[in-house]
Amino acid sequence: MLDDAVYAVAARHPEPTHAKAAGAASGMWRGVMPWLAPLILVAVWELSARFGGLSPQILPAPSKVVLTAVKLTRSGELLPDLAISLLRAAAGFVIGGTIGFTLGVAVGFSRLAEALLDRSVQMLRAIPFLAVLPLVIVWLGIGEGAKIFLVALGVSFPIYINTVLGIRQVDPKLLELGHVTGLSSLQLIRRIVLPGALPSILTGVRYALASAWLALVVAESIAASSGIGFLAMDAREFLRTDVIVLAIVIYAGIGVCADSAARWLERRLLAWHPNYGARS
Amino acid sequence: MSAEQPAVVVEGLRRAYGSRVILRSLDLRIARGEFVALLGESGCGKTTLLRAIAGLDQVDAGRIEKSGRPAVVFQEHRLLPWECLWRNVALGLPDDPGRKLAQAALTEVGLADRLEDWPRNLSGGQAQRVALARALVQKPNLLLLDEPFAALDALTRIRMHGLVQQLVARHRPGVLLVTHDVDEAIALADRALIMRNGLIVASFDVPQAARNHRAGTDAAALRETLLDQLGVIARA
Repeated sequence: MLDDAVYAVAARHPEPTHAKAAGAASGMWRGVMPWLAPLILVAVWELSARFGGLSPQILPAPSKVVLTAVKLTRSGELLPDLAISLLRAAAGFVIGGTIGFTLGVAVGFSRLAEALLDRSVQMLRAIPFLAVLPLVIVWLGIGEGAKIFLVALGVSFPIYINTVLGIRQVDPKLLELGHVTGLSSLQLIRRIVLPGALPSILTGVRYALASAWLALVVAESIAASSGIGFLAMDAREFLRTDVIVLAIVIYAGIGVCADSAARWLERRLLAWHPNYGARS
Repeated sequence: MSAEQPAVVVEGLRRAYGSRVILRSLDLRIARGEFVALLGESGCGKTTLLRAIAGLDQVDAGRIEKSGRPAVVFQEHRLLPWECLWRNVALGLPDDPGRKLAQAALTEVGLADRLEDWPRNLSGGQAQRVALARALVQKPNLLLLDEPFAALDALTRIRMHGLVQQLVARHRPGVLLVTHDVDEAIALADRALIMRNGLIVASFDVPQAARNHRAGTDAAALRETLLDQLGVIARA
């Protein structure tokens, strides 16, 4: 009876060791390769900015952008702007995420809530959320409210859709098992529905992060007196391309960080899932 | 077997989907400690009957009297992929006695060293053993087995038969095994029922000798009778 247990343990380490050693070298090379093209690009950029006659008013050298970053940080301009941008994104994300998740859970569970809400949400979703920007400025002015509103709007839809989808996709056979095991409705939700919906919800979080970032860039470019977007627009007035490029790089960097954080969350929370977790 | 304390009594059970009648006035009684196999071709209503007893499907008429909530093992293991093995087994129990009971049950099915493992690391037979452990932890008076070994390979299935015999002998629940494997019914059951068109049409006691010797003459004779009842065999 225990034979198949032994067999399963043996089958998990089928790889002979010499194949592993050969694989390590090519694995390292494969780790470097994706970085080759960007590194060459930056090098060409730097060289053409210095010797190739690339005007700094079109594109400043990467080294100049780095120097500008250091200078702005020292002068105490950069960090407060960065902080206010992050704060807006976080506030909008929390508000929009809460609304999207709450509506998603309601619609996912209740046919009544679906009948009442889903059509309206889908109609609102059809509007590109940046198209309402002028209206938002009329309503809320150019203060913090408008920016946070816009971010929240961009965040709530992907979270909503993926929460509904996740709940609907929970395996009915597992729900049936929960019923025959005598779980209460609350236990059913906590032990079976939410964990089952989690992969989809986290996908929604990743989409929402991208969406939040986009909303913030636009909001800060059009109506702001602080933040990274304001820094870039202000620099435009003085043709400071180094500051503009710096703002772009910061936006990109934070976007990458947010995505990595979401992936890390997936790996942690979905350790059980064959497509996400590290092999245990 | 002991008839004094029934694990389940079914009387006049009726179930129809539209004009298609699945169960027609069906009676069944299983005593505690009795192992009953329900044989029949696909679509004869045997799974419908099991699901009705489990409380998963509505019935149109009739009475089902159970002592306590029956435990079910399905054809698929239905383990929660996001819970480790002991949490799967202890599902529905509070953590405090739950972990200890799960450990004991997993030890009984030979998986004592896999408490914290994920279900995806198990073979089909191991997963089904965990499903058995999860059912036994509930201390059911009635254990419902819905073709639980149908998806396993032949050797694993025979090992599982041995395990089920041990477990049932130790815990003595009433058992209803739905299967279309005649040999499985003979190996495990005290009584084999034949179901056809929503009715139980025949009942055979399985002699001890047939159960103990799969290849013996008693088993061969009973197998032939059962297959004949199922309309499979034309006598050689």
